[in-house]
Amino acid sequence: MSSITINGEAHEFSGDPNMPLLWYVRDMLNLTGTKFGCGAGVCGACTVHLDGVAVRSCQTTLGEAAGKSVTTIEGLSPDGEHAVQQAWRKISVPQCGFCQAGQIMQAASLLAKNRAPSDAEIVEAMSGNICRCGCYQRIHEAVRLAAGGV
Amino acid sequence: MLHYLKTEVDTENVQRFDAEISNVSRRGVLGGLLTATGLVLAVRITPASAREALKPYPTGGLTMPDGVVADPHVFIAIAPDGALTIVTHRSEMGTGIRTSLPMVVADEMGADWSRVTLVQAPGDEPKYGNQDTDGSRSMRHFIQPMRQCGAAMRQMLETAAAAKWKVDPTLCRARNHQVALLDKEGKETGKVLGFGELAEAAMAVPVPAPETILYKSPNEFTLMGKGEVQIADLRDITIGKAGYGADTRLPGMKFAVIARPAVLGSKVKSYDASAALKVPGVEAVHEIEGVFTVPRKFGQLGGIAVVANTTYAALQGREALTIEWEDSPNTSYDSAAYAAEMSATAAKPGKVLRNQGDPDAAFANAKDVITAEYHGRHLVQAPMEPLVAIARIVDGKAEIWAPVQSPYGARKEIAEALKMPIENVTVHVSLLGGGFGRKSKWDFMLEAALLSQKMGGKPVLVQWTREDDIQHAFYHTTSVERIEVAVDGAGKVSGWRHRTVAPSIVSTFKQDDGYQFPIEYGMGFVDMPFDIPNIRCENGQAMAHTRIGWFRSVSNIQRAFAAQSVVCEVAHKLGRDPKDFLLELLGPDREIDPKTAGFPDDFWNYGEPYKEFPINTARLKNVVRVAAENAGWGKALPPRQGLGIAVHRAFASYVASVVHVAIDDDGTIRVPEVTSAIDCGFHVNPERIRSQMEGAAVMGMSNALYSGITFKNGAVEQSNFTDYDVTRMSNYPQKVSVHIIDAPWGVHAGGVGEPGVPPFAPALANAIFAATGKRLRNLPMGDKVA
Ligand code: FES
Ligand code: FES
Repeated sequence: MSSITINGEAHEFSGDPNMPLLWYVRDMLNLTGTKFGCGAGVCGACTVHLDGVAVRSCQTTLGEAAGKSVTTIEGLSPDGEHAVQQAWRKISVPQCGFCQAGQIMQAASLLAKNRAPSDAEIVEAMSGNICRCGCYQRIHEAVRLAAGGV
Repeated sequence: MLHYLKTEVDTENVQRFDAEISNVSRRGVLGGLLTATGLVLAVRITPASAREALKPYPTGGLTMPDGVVADPHVFIAIAPDGALTIVTHRSEMGTGIRTSLPMVVADEMGADWSRVTLVQAPGDEPKYGNQDTDGSRSMRHFIQPMRQCGAAMRQMLETAAAAKWKVDPTLCRARNHQVALLDKEGKETGKVLGFGELAEAAMAVPVPAPETILYKSPNEFTLMGKGEVQIADLRDITIGKAGYGADTRLPGMKFAVIARPAVLGSKVKSYDASAALKVPGVEAVHEIEGVFTVPRKFGQLGGIAVVANTTYAALQGREALTIEWEDSPNTSYDSAAYAAEMSATAAKPGKVLRNQGDPDAAFANAKDVITAEYHGRHLVQAPMEPLVAIARIVDGKAEIWAPVQSPYGARKEIAEALKMPIENVTVHVSLLGGGFGRKSKWDFMLEAALLSQKMGGKPVLVQWTREDDIQHAFYHTTSVERIEVAVDGAGKVSGWRHRTVAPSIVSTFKQDDGYQFPIEYGMGFVDMPFDIPNIRCENGQAMAHTRIGWFRSVSNIQRAFAAQSVVCEVAHKLGRDPKDFLLELLGPDREIDPKTAGFPDDFWNYGEPYKEFPINTARLKNVVRVAAENAGWGKALPPRQGLGIAVHRAFASYVASVVHVAIDDDGTIRVPEVTSAIDCGFHVNPERIRSQMEGAAVMGMSNALYSGITFKNGAVEQSNFTDYDVTRMSNYPQKVSVHIIDAPWGVHAGGVGEPGVPPFAPALANAIFAATGKRLRNLPMGDKVA
């Protein structure tokens, strides 16, 4: 039995510690905002925060998350008004929207440790997140906007 | 604030009026009225209302299965408090159509957009009209029915207000969610009735006959053409609340994955599930029969399904399966050998599809002949959301939830597969995390339905992994396009011979004969618009060994790449500026006459009547000029940089793109800027047109530089985004400037979702040539150049 905090709520978990966090939050907690895109750590759709840092939930096991605090898109901001979320809406970033929870979590993590990232730093931080619809220009702009304060 | 209601209508507060109406037939409302041309009649009724009668024009929408429906009772409901519900019947996969079509209704009604709630229609084409969200058709086919719907509702509201006030309806004018009473001068008197107050009476007013409906004049538009409305699901997307295919949760729902054959057509010979059943969480293993009769259509591949209490357990269970597969005749499919075969076929005469003038003589008398061969690999759509479907069967009634582009087609075949009457099958449409053509094929939904049936109707979610998605798709075809261009003694292009060789989508629907069908050769092949006196287009045979399907912009990908590259090659050979040469080849401003141009009798014009949607060279040339001017065509650039241009008509729209390439020290191909001009006729949502064009550049870059599917021993060699590479932020078109050509009503709305893709790859190849002198003819070109 191990304990894991998700969006501020403690959960006891007694199953397979190798289960990726992704399937735990989606299938067992019904937190469906975190998306499955590749299952291989190469698309970023499943990005969540582990103790405030962006990780791929498809590559993070429950064992690794035990005793730590996980934030999913649903818990990023109590009212959905995180600067990154606001910037995303202001710029109308999404097309289909499927990658965007992961993009937003990645961007929020970047800005939490680097208030004023350079363009190169934005590109570096965001290159692991695929957007098949091709919203990169707006994602880039939205991260800049969020950094500057919406 | 708009709210995504998933698939349930809030019947408590919203009055729905679904009864048949007597005075207008629901279907083909437009059909009865069609006449030859579709231009505005411009009948102004009173200066105050500035309304006009519009003459409907025919579109391909009328000949699609179940046609179009323009009945306000089907699409609109107004609650007594004024809350307005608009049904959106096309699938949302990123184009914004779920927002844009209701915008048309709301604008025409005079509604306040902030009071609109959208309801996604389930698959029901007899009720809503065609729902196959594909072929960049939604706006093209439904702008008229949606305007008609909104205008009819507005007239019903005005009629209801007139009855209350006991005045002539011409004195009543709907705007801003109210009907205002006008005086004889057409000025507002200050008396108003809200839409909510009028709802019940308005809904009882007979739907006006189409020919009596008056429309808003464009200067009255509040939403159309403004670009100020954001997509309805924007907020939900940013807070993780938007509902995609895998996000529905049903009580007792199980999770399943399926092991499918690596090679198309191979069957399960035997399997051992004992180890899989020992995996904690795995509850059952079922064989799903495949469809092995040819044509397979969208039949499921067949395989072994592992059902578990989480997706994780199901995946582990699948790993633990031992399956022996039967051999398939497709085991010999090998992409390298196949490409060589296609190339050999393209070197020989093929089936003639278009002949104009005397190309043999033109080539015999040519001073110069430029020959180039362009290759394309298979592509997979790989929408960000892998395929997924949820099914359950209760009391002989099946419900399926899926991110599907064609919910009614799916419903019909699911009913057949389950041996149920269609009334007992419901298909709910979630948001689609991208589609690009893959989600028009409902094999994944059949799997879920059949699996649920095997489980006694229990609810089950069938999840495709990314590997499943990449290895079991309906692939964009692989192709060889060989073009020969004859140049006469005066330096003029005198002949054009184009041969296309590519396995056909037709193999999915009919016994394959190796030849393409009109939909494929209508996409940038026989409809080639250049003003060249002698033209021949031929198709060589290529049998399919995998499932071929459509991918955003379909055959236009390889056709635009070949034709727009070769033009630049010839320009170079002749020492001409590529843009000037392109404009010259397009010739005088004209509408191409398919007869004199030698088009085949079965020429397919994106399903549209040619008279209404002709190939117009003036529009082609205009987008070339606009893109070139805005890109600063001809400007001096540093070494290892260059501009390339390409233009293409697809889905009844015209797009030109100028790509600016800068080659890094290590040879990496970078794109600092793309300048595009799109003429899609009358347009509704410029903001979403921009986003589609931005996305098309990114996907165009994936296709051009990175992505390719290859087969070895009949199986796909790629498996995930590790080896099926796509554009990432590390190297993407940095700035896409989009110029939308303004067009009045009367220049019919064309497609938007797909037309941006085709010109990108050739413009990029032409830019690489300008920057380096290297001509790249094989897609993908690779992300580095020496
Ligand atoms: S699903 Fe985890 S990185 Fe793609
Ligand atoms: S918005 Fe569709 S994948 Fe990013």
